[in-house]
Amino acid sequence: MTQQTDKLLLLGDQAIALGAIHAGLSGVYAYPGTPSTEITEYIQENDLARQREIFCRWCTNEKTAMEAALGMSYMGKRALVCMKHVGLNVAADAFVNSAITGVNGGLVVLVADDPSMHSSQNEQDSRFYGKFALMPILEPSSQQEAYDMMGYAYDLSEEMKLPILMRVTTRMAHSRTVVKCGPVREPNAMNNNAVPANFILLPVNARRRYAELIGQQPRLKELAETSAFNRYEKGTERSPRGIVACGIGWNYVNECFPEGCPFPSLKISQYPLPEKWLCDMAARCDEIVVVEDGQPFVEELLRGTLPTPCRITGRLTGLLPRTGELTPDNVAQALGVPHDPAYTASQVVVPRPPALCQGCGHRDVYAAINEIVAEMPTAKVFGDIGCYTLGALPPFKAIDSCVDMGASITMAKGAADAGLFPAIAIIGDSTFTHSGMTGLLDAVNCNSPITVIISDNLTTAMTGGQDSAGTNKFEAICLGLGVDPAHVRVVVPLAKNMEEIKQVLREEINYRGTSVIIPRRECIQTLNRKHKQKKANA
Amino acid sequence: MKTDIILSGVGGQGILSIATIIGEAALAENLYIKQAEVHGMSQRGGDVQSNLRISDRPICSDLIALGSADVIISLEPMEALRYLPYLSKEGWIITSSAPFVNIPNYPAEESLNAELAKLPHVISLDVNALAKEHNLPKCANVILLGAAAKALQLIGYEDLEKSIARVFAHKGEAVVAMNINALSIGYRAVE
Repeated sequence: MTQQTDKLLLLGDQAIALGAIHAGLSGVYAYPGTPSTEITEYIQENDLARQREIFCRWCTNEKTAMEAALGMSYMGKRALVCMKHVGLNVAADAFVNSAITGVNGGLVVLVADDPSMHSSQNEQDSRFYGKFALMPILEPSSQQEAYDMMGYAYDLSEEMKLPILMRVTTRMAHSRTVVKCGPVREPNAMNNNAVPANFILLPVNARRRYAELIGQQPRLKELAETSAFNRYEKGTERSPRGIVACGIGWNYVNECFPEGCPFPSLKISQYPLPEKWLCDMAARCDEIVVVEDGQPFVEELLRGTLPTPCRITGRLTGLLPRTGELTPDNVAQALGVPHDPAYTASQVVVPRPPALCQGCGHRDVYAAINEIVAEMPTAKVFGDIGCYTLGALPPFKAIDSCVDMGASITMAKGAADAGLFPAIAIIGDSTFTHSGMTGLLDAVNCNSPITVIISDNLTTAMTGGQDSAGTNKFEAICLGLGVDPAHVRVVVPLAKNMEEIKQVLREEINYRGTSVIIPRRECIQTLNRKHKQKKANA
Repeated sequence: MKTDIILSGVGGQGILSIATIIGEAALAENLYIKQAEVHGMSQRGGDVQSNLRISDRPICSDLIALGSADVIISLEPMEALRYLPYLSKEGWIITSSAPFVNIPNYPAEESLNAELAKLPHVISLDVNALAKEHNLPKCANVILLGAAAKALQLIGYEDLEKSIARVFAHKGEAVVAMNINALSIGYRAVE
């Protein structure tokens, strides 16, 4: 082990990445997703990671990432999987079952939740998944703690032979602060110590492993009760109020009390819940306020359904808002020390929603779709997840749905099954390989009368231009899935080609079978970046 | 001693570069710093902001509370006003005066100026025009940082110069010199 004393200004995501590298990581597996993307990007650019040849290529989706990481762990090495909260829905099968198989090399599943939905379609709280899968959960309250926790998480994972869920939220992931680095550990050598039967989840093995996992729970609770990341300040013998604060909720509580919290307080950064301390607090306090970012996970566990002698308050009682992220303001309001604004909001200010970039190929695609759809009043356009979701907003107002990765194609198919014509799906290149291919196979097998537009900008644009798994392979993928070669069409989305694009759209939409149109032009952002890079190198 | 700063603008204008320069300077001065950024969807031409907190004591919250920002540094006048409820009573607004109009219902410039005129401490500067005049394209954000230098309190002008040298070092000496020049143009414009 070598000592590293660097002080670095890091995003929470970067602190997690560096913590993992210093903990002897051998591979990171991820699909880009805000607010988790910067973890993998940091590892891709890090010198030590390069020198150690840490695996860091993007995966096709979160499920493939989770399974590959489990495979690396099976061989005794330390692996990291990163995703945004809704990505865990995609990876859920592998995630839940990884607690049944257990691990060999340390395995950390990093999930970044997005309360307030800054860049997401819901604000699901990943701690529910952790509890569901009976995994230990870590929830850092600061970027420094996030860094420090990585080494602990890998040791804990290898000690308990379980994967660890580490949960952060947007404000932790995307806030920068000074982080002090610790010791740097060597990666594990490959080994064959995995208990082979544990990884063969036939019922006979799975039943045994499930019982073992249940049997580990008291030990996990004990670890949470003695964890250095959980902190209980008993305060006075009797108090009208006690505060339970999880993760970054702890910071907002402390912000309210610069001279120190006057109430008994419990900081929670490691789960399952440290029951001993909660019981002690409940015996001392008339009320327990639960301050947690995301959904009322802890509050619900504490209060249940039946009345308790100690009142439990938080998001469920309206003391804190039921939805949206915590802020210093809503926490201060809840704790009775509200901030008063000096100035009211200006009446002149109007919203400025995001929009597709000027010069973006998706713009030309939507311009063409809108003209054709105007000719076909019954048409519906099923959208998907990516920059092109912005096609829902003015000036285009071009899509009728956006649900989850890949849903454009399968929803169009279902609507066509119901009798809709024309049913049009629009999906980006990276989203298509993430979760669209299987849906296209369903459509091909039924020869569903739908037109799938794969708007290919050669990158994963929304998250900042990461590699897209299917680049240069889309025609081959569609043909391989069985789309009629006569109905796989490629166009270049430029204003000068508008008449041709419209004609291709008209023809394929009118074709009563499954057709694919691929408008292909590089993302204007990645193109500009390449030009700049070229200029700088010249 | 602490300084709470809100940086605002429209996605792509370069508020994160300002944050990086201030952050790097704070790190070199051994100050505590927290800087919450916005990544992802809203970066595409929408309103963007960053909360930047600098202090000589540990900082708890990553976000700035209502009514407590010491400075709003904005690359766009309407975006400066968007965060008014966060400004402290005696806080400063240092903003570019050039509207960035990418929405159909953008307010009249006079009404924005009238709103700004109601506040006690406002510096409104046409940094785009200054950048053009001095042939410093792409440096409007650093000119604005120069204009805001005095309001940063915990970080001095020289600290910012040194920080620029480090932040832009990988882009070559010419880029460093250009940005240091831009900083001084902004600084002198408000003397």
